[in-house]
Amino acid sequence: MTSPVGAIDGPPAKPALTSRWDSPALRRFRRHRLAVFGAVTILVLTLACIVGPFLLPFTDTFIDIRQRFAPPLSGAHVLGTDQLGRDMLARLLMAGRISLAVGFAAMAISMVIGVCVGLVAGYYGGAIGAVLMRFVDAMLCFPSIFLLLAVSAFIHPGVETIILLIAFTAWMEVARIVEAQIKALRERDFAVAAEALGASDARVMIRELLPNAIAPIVVAATLNVAHAILAESYISFLGYGIQPPTPSWGNMLDNAQGYLTSAPWLAMLPGAMITLAVTSFNFIGDGLRDALDPRTDAR
Amino acid sequence: MKQPEALLEVRDLHKWFPLRRRLLSRAREVVKAVDGVSFDVRRGEVLSLVGESGSGKSTVGRSVLRLTVPTAGTIRFAGTDITHFSRRQMRPFRQRMQLVFQDPYASLNPRMTVEGILAAPLEIHGRAASRSDRRDKIEEALRLVGLLPQHAARYPHEFSGGQRQRIGIARALMTGPELLIADEPVSALDVSIQAQVVNLLVELKRRLGLTILFVAHDLAVVGHISDRIAVMYLGRLVELAETRELFGNPRHPYTEALLSAAPIPDPTFKRERIVLAGDIPSPVNPPSGCSFRTRCPYALPACGEARPPLREVAPGHFKACIRDDLRLRAPG
Amino acid sequence: MTATPALVPAMAPVTRSAASMAEDVVLDVEDLSVSFVSPQGIVPAAREVSFEVRRGETLAMVGESGSGKSVTSLAILRLTPPAPQCRIEGRVRLRAGDRRVHDLLALPEARMRELRGSAAAMVFQEPMTSLNPVHKIGDQIAEAVRFHSALSKRGALDRAAELLDLVGIPDVRRRMSSYPHQLSGGMRQRVMIAIALSCEPVLLIADEPTTALDVTIQAQILELLHDLQQRTQMALLFITHNLGVVAEIADRVIVMYAGRVVEEAAVLPLFKRPLMPYTQGLLRSVPRLDLAGRRCDELAAIPGNVPDPLALPPGCSFAPRCAHRVPELCDARVPLLEGAGAEHFVRCARWASLAEGAPP
Repeated sequence: MTSPVGAIDGPPAKPALTSRWDSPALRRFRRHRLAVFGAVTILVLTLACIVGPFLLPFTDTFIDIRQRFAPPLSGAHVLGTDQLGRDMLARLLMAGRISLAVGFAAMAISMVIGVCVGLVAGYYGGAIGAVLMRFVDAMLCFPSIFLLLAVSAFIHPGVETIILLIAFTAWMEVARIVEAQIKALRERDFAVAAEALGASDARVMIRELLPNAIAPIVVAATLNVAHAILAESYISFLGYGIQPPTPSWGNMLDNAQGYLTSAPWLAMLPGAMITLAVTSFNFIGDGLRDALDPRTDAR
Repeated sequence: MKQPEALLEVRDLHKWFPLRRRLLSRAREVVKAVDGVSFDVRRGEVLSLVGESGSGKSTVGRSVLRLTVPTAGTIRFAGTDITHFSRRQMRPFRQRMQLVFQDPYASLNPRMTVEGILAAPLEIHGRAASRSDRRDKIEEALRLVGLLPQHAARYPHEFSGGQRQRIGIARALMTGPELLIADEPVSALDVSIQAQVVNLLVELKRRLGLTILFVAHDLAVVGHISDRIAVMYLGRLVELAETRELFGNPRHPYTEALLSAAPIPDPTFKRERIVLAGDIPSPVNPPSGCSFRTRCPYALPACGEARPPLREVAPGHFKACIRDDLRLRAPG
Repeated sequence: MTATPALVPAMAPVTRSAASMAEDVVLDVEDLSVSFVSPQGIVPAAREVSFEVRRGETLAMVGESGSGKSVTSLAILRLTPPAPQCRIEGRVRLRAGDRRVHDLLALPEARMRELRGSAAAMVFQEPMTSLNPVHKIGDQIAEAVRFHSALSKRGALDRAAELLDLVGIPDVRRRMSSYPHQLSGGMRQRVMIAIALSCEPVLLIADEPTTALDVTIQAQILELLHDLQQRTQMALLFITHNLGVVAEIADRVIVMYAGRVVEEAAVLPLFKRPLMPYTQGLLRSVPRLDLAGRRCDELAAIPGNVPDPLALPPGCSFAPRCAHRVPELCDARVPLLEGAGAEHFVRCARWASLAEGAPP
């Protein structure tokens, strides 16, 4: 027999809810245990990176030659020291500042580019949309990690340039998501209504359409942070990214290569931080995806 | 056919939508959604466009509002030819002609409060002098459509279908329009709510002196609300007459069939029903000559030869059918 | 499903209570209640719905959105969502073609699946969602046929052609190899009816089958259903919100409001002498085609909105919108469905006094 999908006329309209970011979404997010874990982890990590360095007895650049290669949990250095006797905890937190800042900043820039391109392409469609989206496709075909390496080989790699580089290679997915959303929303009656009222293009795009596409954008933003942190680690690990003495999780890994057998914690600790941060952001993204999709409420 | 007091004059309106070209096919096919439609809407009247799906009635409404660009023909609003107006040129006219939608769920932005929805027309046209002026205008509009001022802070999903349709009507009235185009405004509503909204439209028309172009498929609702009715079939007008005349004395076989097919809520009402055979032909390849001839019980070979013009067969009664010898049945 | 537990061994049809069911009754629904569990609370979608459908009879179930009419029809065939989300109580009995009576809510799922389609079939409002877009029409019907019979593939295809012919589809051979999107809405609904009829069900449930169609096509489908019923003598449960369609097709009518049956009568008394103020209001609020042009200025609309199912009034659900409401009488408790003459039932505390006071 065929299925009766879409034939039910009840249960009827939901009763009034009090706010826009209504509790159902929050409740769905809370039900997603891993997402909650991710959110808490990121919160703790961010706070620790901001506040932590002020509270520690050592700075990340303090060199204590007598304490070289101190293993974790031995003496004053909780997480041990590196080949120059610098405190690993202080370095990890300072590196976290850089890595998280790169992640968030690159995400913000890539979101702005992606949303703008997607909005314009989805709203106008036609030739403008086709040209923009083909450009997006071309960018997607390009192996971004090689692009990153190639460009950073030519210009002096600083934090700002790394952020810009990562952002320029990460906006395409967002553009595609936004374009698809806007294209669908544009056909909806409320968009036609705004047009019939004589609203300008910008008003229709920003006031009417964009707020309705916010859910997938938020999800993409979260996943983009994870992507950016990972990308920064790659290029710093390969030596083209953040340059020592400024620490980042990536260049700490790079630095640890020579001591894998003698001082494994030098590699394991930044590696763990990267894994923790990236998976946390991915969990949050998954949780948000479920939470912001009202169709999952039935389950 | 020209009436001096016409607020809206539509002449020979065409709207063709090109179909995507198929692979290996030379011919570029077009959907003739509207294929040569002319009518006037007089100031203060309700003119209804009636037809089944694919008749092009909604496309006429959207073309009149210049939400799509007509392929050919002219549209004059209050004496001004707006057919080829740019967006900027259209702006002052947008305040004077507004649209009410069919689906009260899709036509309100779910992310905006009622206040935001109703404020948009004021902001776009700079019609609110101050914050308090804005609030007054929104309250007035809400009262006008039978809602309460405290509803302004809520979101659309907190309202029932009928209430949402009231909000949609309030939005259309914010700029004080002269012409309201109502595109199936009650067909998505429950029976008991339909009557509320129909009554509201009739009352608003009387109080505000609105002119309404009412686009619908339900003949009973149309018969209740309109002064004149235009019947459309496959992108063309087939008959146009005063409501009473059209229902009492239909002259086009399609009108007769439409009237006969509409179910009447009275089990004692017995009539011989004309059930049209077959489906509505595709607007990509409409039949030659009279487009209704493939389903018409009275078709003659001559019907396929030339497209019958819309001509006046009685004062104010127009039809596009070559057969004047028919005695068609009316309900009631 | 939290229905009454099956006390009889699986696969054996329940025949104990057959005696209480009159011979010509095909479907007997007793105190059927359906509720949905939602985050906001338990939503009662249908409450204590009882009715019978007899052989060769068309029973129309009328109501607006949220009245519980569709939910009731889905619950009869156990097509509502599964147990924790949806609770069904009451009893539904179906007399299959072989005269055996089945207690549908107590049957094991496998047995129920056999009955669906073979004894009772359903047609929905939107045929496109019920047809598989990637299979040819002919194959889809043949599959339905083979599911319930021992026919060969060849035989099933022949039967499919026969069925398409029966539902008035022209050029059957060509249509058999069409895909659903190549058909018009009316044609698709005909295909759905053909599938529903493939195993000669004793009961056909049609849930708003013409709502998505144009009037001229609606007229075709109504005529088709009427003809088919005359021919097969199946029982037809027709769910609709359109009173015009009801007047046209129904023998008896059930009016539903906020999940309850509020009036039940044969079609003539229901339209000529409705007793429930809701039914009266509904009939008055419909614009009449035969009166068009003679404009009475205002339609008699029913004020207000359908109540929120999570906050139903304590007494009569219609009381807040009713012009005849007497608070101490109507709000005290839910009125009973009382007999008011031959086969005429009404759920209104004031029906008797209203009927006396007002001219028919």
